[in-house]
Amino acid sequence: MKEDIAVTAESVVKSFGHGAAAVRALDTVSAAIRKGEFFTLLGPSGCGKTTLLRLIAGFETPTSGRILLGADDVTDLPPNRRPVNTVFQSYALFPHLTVRENVGFALKMLGRPASQISARTAEMLALVKLEELADRATAQLSGGQQQRVALARALAPQPKVLLLDEPLSALDLKLRKEMQVELKRLQQETGITFVFVTHDQEEALTMSDRIGVMSNGKLQQVASPREIYTAPVNRFVADFIGETNFLPVTLVKEGARLGSGEIVAAEGKGGVLTIRPEQVNVVRADKAGAIGARVENLIYFGTDMHVHMRLGDGAALVARMPLPPGGDGGLAPGDAVGVTFAKGAARLIEE
Amino acid sequence: MSLAEERQRKTSARNGWLLSAPALILLTLAASGPLLVVLVYSFLEKGQYGNVLWDFSTDGWTGILFSRDIFDDTLKLADAHLTIFWRSVKLSFLTTIITFLLGFPTAWFIATRTPAHRAIWLFLITIPFWTNLLIRTFAIGEILRSEGLINTALIRLGIIDQPIQMLYNDGAVLVGMAYVYLPLMVLPLYSAIERFDMRLLEAGYDLFASRMQVLRHIILPIVKPGIIAGSILVFVPSLGAYVTPRILGGGKNMMIGNFIELQFGQGRNWPLGAALSMTLLVVVTVALLFYVRTLGKGGSGGGHG
Ligand SMILES: Nc1ncnc2c1ncn2[C@@H]1O[C@H](COP(=O)(O)OP(=O)(O)OP(=O)(O)O)[C@@H](O)[C@H]1O
Ligand SMILES: [Mg+2]
Repeated sequence: MKEDIAVTAESVVKSFGHGAAAVRALDTVSAAIRKGEFFTLLGPSGCGKTTLLRLIAGFETPTSGRILLGADDVTDLPPNRRPVNTVFQSYALFPHLTVRENVGFALKMLGRPASQISARTAEMLALVKLEELADRATAQLSGGQQQRVALARALAPQPKVLLLDEPLSALDLKLRKEMQVELKRLQQETGITFVFVTHDQEEALTMSDRIGVMSNGKLQQVASPREIYTAPVNRFVADFIGETNFLPVTLVKEGARLGSGEIVAAEGKGGVLTIRPEQVNVVRADKAGAIGARVENLIYFGTDMHVHMRLGDGAALVARMPLPPGGDGGLAPGDAVGVTFAKGAARLIEE
Repeated sequence: MSLAEERQRKTSARNGWLLSAPALILLTLAASGPLLVVLVYSFLEKGQYGNVLWDFSTDGWTGILFSRDIFDDTLKLADAHLTIFWRSVKLSFLTTIITFLLGFPTAWFIATRTPAHRAIWLFLITIPFWTNLLIRTFAIGEILRSEGLINTALIRLGIIDQPIQMLYNDGAVLVGMAYVYLPLMVLPLYSAIERFDMRLLEAGYDLFASRMQVLRHIILPIVKPGIIAGSILVFVPSLGAYVTPRILGGGKNMMIGNFIELQFGQGRNWPLGAALSMTLLVVVTVALLFYVRTLGKGGSGGGHG
């Protein structure tokens, strides 16, 4: 449904520089971000997340392609005429203004009456719980408080879309967790579409309605966190999100044949089988239908244990299991064991 | 802090003062000695041949604003003096405005270059400083005079057939002062703009500010300390300017500096000259105090996020 879309990127290309030195920061990116959703752009450093955000905000114009907000083509509109606001990574609070003045800035620029500005500002300060600090200078605030001011400032004019470029990366771990919850609450309370940039996969998985995974200027997959995790479309996505095993296979009638000869059932298509470590069961070597393997190493992670194994053809496979009560579950390096995959968990992907 | 530490700190502070005492005494004398002479002279009777008579008199001070009628000895407002004061203030103010209007884009341009290029541009800006003020002022005169660069060019191009009189008026003085004092405006503006966080511009545009609004509500308030510093650095010497109005303004378009010189020379009225000097000093001091106070208040304004 077209009406449900807040932001559309249509075959957007963005190159910086000319000739041989040109960098293709975005390579034919197409995406549709739905109204009211918490959409996250996730990817390694330099993959083009900030560039895409800046194109939506209007700080850059695409080399080719179009940006739409709702049904309106805004490709050539300057940022001050787009109903979009940004929470900058550096916060970019105005140092000469108080917290209150920062929050009221956009409404003042829009020429709203003073009474409306003060009412809306008070409402925003309450939303981010900063009423007591309203008349402070922004330089006197902690990182977390500055973060909240930046949020309130961007939300005050009730944008159609809020863009957030790694807003939590400057905070320490504890504050970061708090702000994650806070952001999610704000998004649900305001109903505003959030486009959130991060390179932290855990952050992306816990907060988002949908995630767009990017690499090398290309949007690799757009899907819900669950789908991204359980059904990655390619090796990059599978590798980037969580840990996973890759096994080269050849397709046969009954399923996928491993290098060691066993045939397993797998969904999807492609020449590589992926299976998450927690979906790998270590069983007795003589169990029917089990794949033969040899334990190489055991690594303990608090409540979990990783079992590193090699299959018959030497391919590496890791299984992850809750720490058995006895300590090692009777496993030791060198043991011959069997391996089974949880039903429906093994997937085939493109190389 | 413990008592012993406190005592120790006080002692070392006192020793510091003692050590620097000779230098301080010298400085105080050097700074206040001549001033004291001027102050005393302003309260003396003027002598016939330009010297002073050692009799107390406030004539020097009343002479600033009033002149004595030679026939009935009544005091009248001295219109000529007021014209000179007004011209000084007006020209200094206009010089400040002009240097700001030219200096701000210049400083912005320099501050937004790459660091290596900034040094070159700053060097170019300061080049006129290496040349003698007199020579620079004569050079401006050479450009403006009837047979000068501009008139010659305009006549050759057939745009005018009579040279335009550009020298020896307030306009010429203004051009000269703006040229001479421009670097004093550019340098403090540059240092303020260089510290300005350019990311705030994007934040401004993002929050619906137009280009003019960004200039007015973000850039100008944040670089205000630089604007005030530059304005005072230009206004103060403009007010006391002597060489430029003398050479480019001709004899008639005097400013306070020329007026003071006149009293010590042909005017033969040292007390009046001394009183005028003190007045100028007070005005300048007030301006500087104002500057220091605003800087003290807005000092955090230039900080980074
Ligand atoms: N103004 C620019 N001029 C030239 N190249 C640029 C410019 N902006 C970005 N790039 C290049 O475009 C690519 C994508 O940059 P971008 O900032 O979008 O990455 P990112 O995904 O946000 O990375 P990070 O996680 O490190 O912030 C990079 O290779 C970068 O060097
Ligand atoms: Mg980035």
